[in-house]
Amino acid sequence: MSSNKTNTKKRYAAERRFKLYGKLAIGLAFAFILILLVNILTKGVGGFSQTKITLDVPAGFETTSNARKDFKNILKYNYPDKSSRELRKLGKAFSSNAGYEVATQLEQATTQTVKVTAASDVDLYYKQSADISLPDIQLELVNNLKQKNAINTQFNKDFFTLGDSRNPEKAGMMASFVGSLFTILACLCLALPLGIATAIYLQEFAPKNRFTEILEININNLAAVPSIVYGLLGLSVYINFMDLPRSAALVGGLTLALLILPVIIIATRTALKSVPDSIRKAALGLGASPMQVVFHHTLPLAMPGIMTGTILGVARALGETAPLIMIGMVAFIPEIASSWLDPSTVLPVQIYQWTKMAETGFIEKTSAAIIILLLLLILLNLVAVYIRNKFERRW
Amino acid sequence: MTYLLISTLIAFYLGKLKHNKLAIDSDVSLKSSANSCGLLFVLNAAITHLAVFLGTSNEYIAIATSIITAVTAYFIITPHSNIRKINEQIIYRFLLICSIISVFITIAIVLSILFESFRFFEEINIIDYLFGTHWSPQNYNPDFVEEGSNKVFGIIPVLGGTLLITGVAMLVAVPIGIFAAIYLSEYIGKKYRKFVKPAIEVLGGVPTVVYGYFAALIVAPFLKNHFGADPESAIAAGVVMGIMIIPYIMSLSDDVINAVPQALRDASYGIGATKSETVKNVVVPAALPGITASVLLAISRAIGETMIVVMAAGLVANLTINPLESVTTITTQIVTLLTGDQEFDSAKTLSAFALGLSLFLLTLMLNYFALRVVKKYSEKYE
Amino acid sequence: MSTKIQTKNLNLYYGDNQALFDVNLDIDSNAVTALIGPSGCGKSSFLRCLNRMNDTIDICRVTGEIIVDDNNINGSNVDVVELRAKVGMVFQKPNPFPKTIFDNVIYGPKIHGHVKDKTHAEEIVQNSLQKAGLWDEVKDRLHEMGTGLSGGQQQRLCIARTIAVNPQIILMDEPCSALDPIATAKIESLIDELKLKYTIVIVTHSMQQAARISQKTAFFHLGKIVEYDKTSTIFTNPKLKQTQDYITGRYG
Repeated sequence: MSSNKTNTKKRYAAERRFKLYGKLAIGLAFAFILILLVNILTKGVGGFSQTKITLDVPAGFETTSNARKDFKNILKYNYPDKSSRELRKLGKAFSSNAGYEVATQLEQATTQTVKVTAASDVDLYYKQSADISLPDIQLELVNNLKQKNAINTQFNKDFFTLGDSRNPEKAGMMASFVGSLFTILACLCLALPLGIATAIYLQEFAPKNRFTEILEININNLAAVPSIVYGLLGLSVYINFMDLPRSAALVGGLTLALLILPVIIIATRTALKSVPDSIRKAALGLGASPMQVVFHHTLPLAMPGIMTGTILGVARALGETAPLIMIGMVAFIPEIASSWLDPSTVLPVQIYQWTKMAETGFIEKTSAAIIILLLLLILLNLVAVYIRNKFERRW
Repeated sequence: MTYLLISTLIAFYLGKLKHNKLAIDSDVSLKSSANSCGLLFVLNAAITHLAVFLGTSNEYIAIATSIITAVTAYFIITPHSNIRKINEQIIYRFLLICSIISVFITIAIVLSILFESFRFFEEINIIDYLFGTHWSPQNYNPDFVEEGSNKVFGIIPVLGGTLLITGVAMLVAVPIGIFAAIYLSEYIGKKYRKFVKPAIEVLGGVPTVVYGYFAALIVAPFLKNHFGADPESAIAAGVVMGIMIIPYIMSLSDDVINAVPQALRDASYGIGATKSETVKNVVVPAALPGITASVLLAISRAIGETMIVVMAAGLVANLTINPLESVTTITTQIVTLLTGDQEFDSAKTLSAFALGLSLFLLTLMLNYFALRVVKKYSEKYE
Repeated sequence: MSTKIQTKNLNLYYGDNQALFDVNLDIDSNAVTALIGPSGCGKSSFLRCLNRMNDTIDICRVTGEIIVDDNNINGSNVDVVELRAKVGMVFQKPNPFPKTIFDNVIYGPKIHGHVKDKTHAEEIVQNSLQKAGLWDEVKDRLHEMGTGLSGGQQQRLCIARTIAVNPQIILMDEPCSALDPIATAKIESLIDELKLKYTIVIVTHSMQQAARISQKTAFFHLGKIVEYDKTSTIFTNPKLKQTQDYITGRYG
């Protein structure tokens, strides 16, 4: 009897341990999510604000065609007691675009002050985003500005309007955002009709023979191919063989279309399969032809499923990086693309590029871009869930 | 584009007009609806437009031809023509063509990679490739034909790097993924499952470039400072890849575990087994084929993963089992060899295609294997 | 009584299994013919031959002649789409489309090109729903979903939908088996009225139902017709012992 009791005790102890492992596993998974998110959020928040320095403008200041010289003069006006060597060093505390910013503001209106973006190091120092050590002369400047209340942070509009830049303080994600948009659009234009048509044929019309089986096996295999292989395909077919321009949104879209084609086909087939046969039989019994059955009944009823599948496919395409790197979307893109054939880049590739940059200032920009990308993906997933809950029928 | 739309609309209304005209005139009941008449006209016009446009690249000629076809159709259609049948034949052919194009893509992938790989193997001995232990394409000198000095395309160290990182990833992902799946399906309450499962699946939706960033900027420095790892190490990439794969294994295993019929569990409880004993002795063995398949699929995913390794693993081939060292992988090499300024025809760039072929075959085999395992060992529960 | 449908040497195979053996049956027009028999005897398979619904089953093969109004509808050059406008079918489980009541009824006429304009459409819908005995119950909610009706109403909607195409023959495959007794009674009296205009062939598991509503009854067993005669004869004075055993419940 007592050996039984100890045996049972042992078994209960084993049970508790087992449960613990399970909880640990889930706990770890959650911990990973949290660490990832917290890290990105804390690093990225800074990227949404930009440090601006206010400088006085002498009365009656006339802009010349040399923006840099204008800026130097304004700087001299603000710090008359600095030597020209010191002024040069001070100039480094401002964004290299400073001259252009000054010129634009003065053109718009004659003001007493101009706001200039601070250089990346000063920006980081002021926002306390990172451990930056500034040269003494810049430290002095910042303290001086703080006292005068001439330095502040404001919402980083540049991040959302500008393209890439060599300087982190002026780097924006608009070019890659527009590039992503164009690419996904091109991708959908090819993949959606092709995928839905293939799925309809395979599910509703294809005779059950060897040929159809081969078709189905092929498509299932395609879904499991690593995405980089599609990049190789895009490189050798679109760029080499068809001579399309590298780095164009159109080529990126075509490459991604091949990638999400199996996703759309499989999602559509599942949606079509879930429409109960009694509806088809009823329509057939009334004298509808098989194609009328599909287009009048099966397809409309399968639409919510097809749309959720497509949206999830788009979410996947949005985050794809490797294949697009292969077809050349790694160029430095400061200008927002205006056509399908202009060189462009996409958001995840931009993130990849910025991660490689040496300047510390790019870290917060990268994290900010990641935040935007994740928000977009969350939005897409929410839309998919909404559609699924509102429109999908439980048969 | 707008002209195409306008001509489409014209064609559609022309079709409907003809149908209504016929309906009023004759006593014969028409076999199709007005809309299908309109559709026929549209298909007619669209196909003509596309064909002419692709042939002559002139929008105006194409529009003119399609309008001419539409008007001709107007006069040709009689009350006895079976509009619906004609429409459906056109649509059926379109669907079939789309399916064939979709399949064509697999063929295109295989062909294009094979083609470039063959060009590679014309220059480099395939045995050297498959069994060589030295990978440094930058040292390749085509003019140097001395024996043994050009054996720089050996895949073994690269494959070794891939397997090492995959191994580390599996060490992380498999225990956590499977235990999480077990806990989720056997222990957790219904209302928590609704939140916990999607929350963990969030991990699976994060783009790999974000994981790469995480690995390069946070995990790798951490491991370097606290464990003396190389700045770009297998363990940094492996751990992060493992995190990425957790939801993959968890999802697939969860589905399989849930599919085990309750009747089996009840039988075990009836004998007086505890929950963990039931899971260990009844549920997991029953779900084992599916769980194995999910692990194989996860391995396949890890092997094909690119961004995490490009950003966190290294560029120099290194055959080792020490995860703290820097290694390179098949996918990293493909990316490095093909970005930057390389002529397309040199053996260096072609080797990337050979690597791509190896990768494709490897993942194909793993996926096929996974399917076979499930098929062969699955019990059919009704 | 004239013959509407005549089958000659009808054989049906599912792959290698034969399910119907040399069925020769003459079905009267403007009458209700019931098909009875134990499960798996082939009566539903036979019914589906009459509107070529078996075509949708890949492994099914039908040989022999099915003559409707002097035409063999089992030929290969027959347009089944047209045929199904002439021979309608009501299924065992009510299956209205997830559309409005109006759209459910008008769907058939629309695709066959019978509808001239909007007023004509409304006429057709009202007519069919009246004939199906459903008009009074749904005339105020024609634009509500058909799936929102009760089981009995749904089945009558399916009947209305079938009638709207103006068939000559209506096939019914155990139409009341999913309904309660009151709904069943309503449909049975409906069938009684419908026979004045249509030829009706009904498969039923309930012998009481066959006795109540049909004029002629065919007793199927293992793919063969055992006995076919006036309903009154089959149920009171059957010629074969096998029939007698079945209707008294000794087996099947």
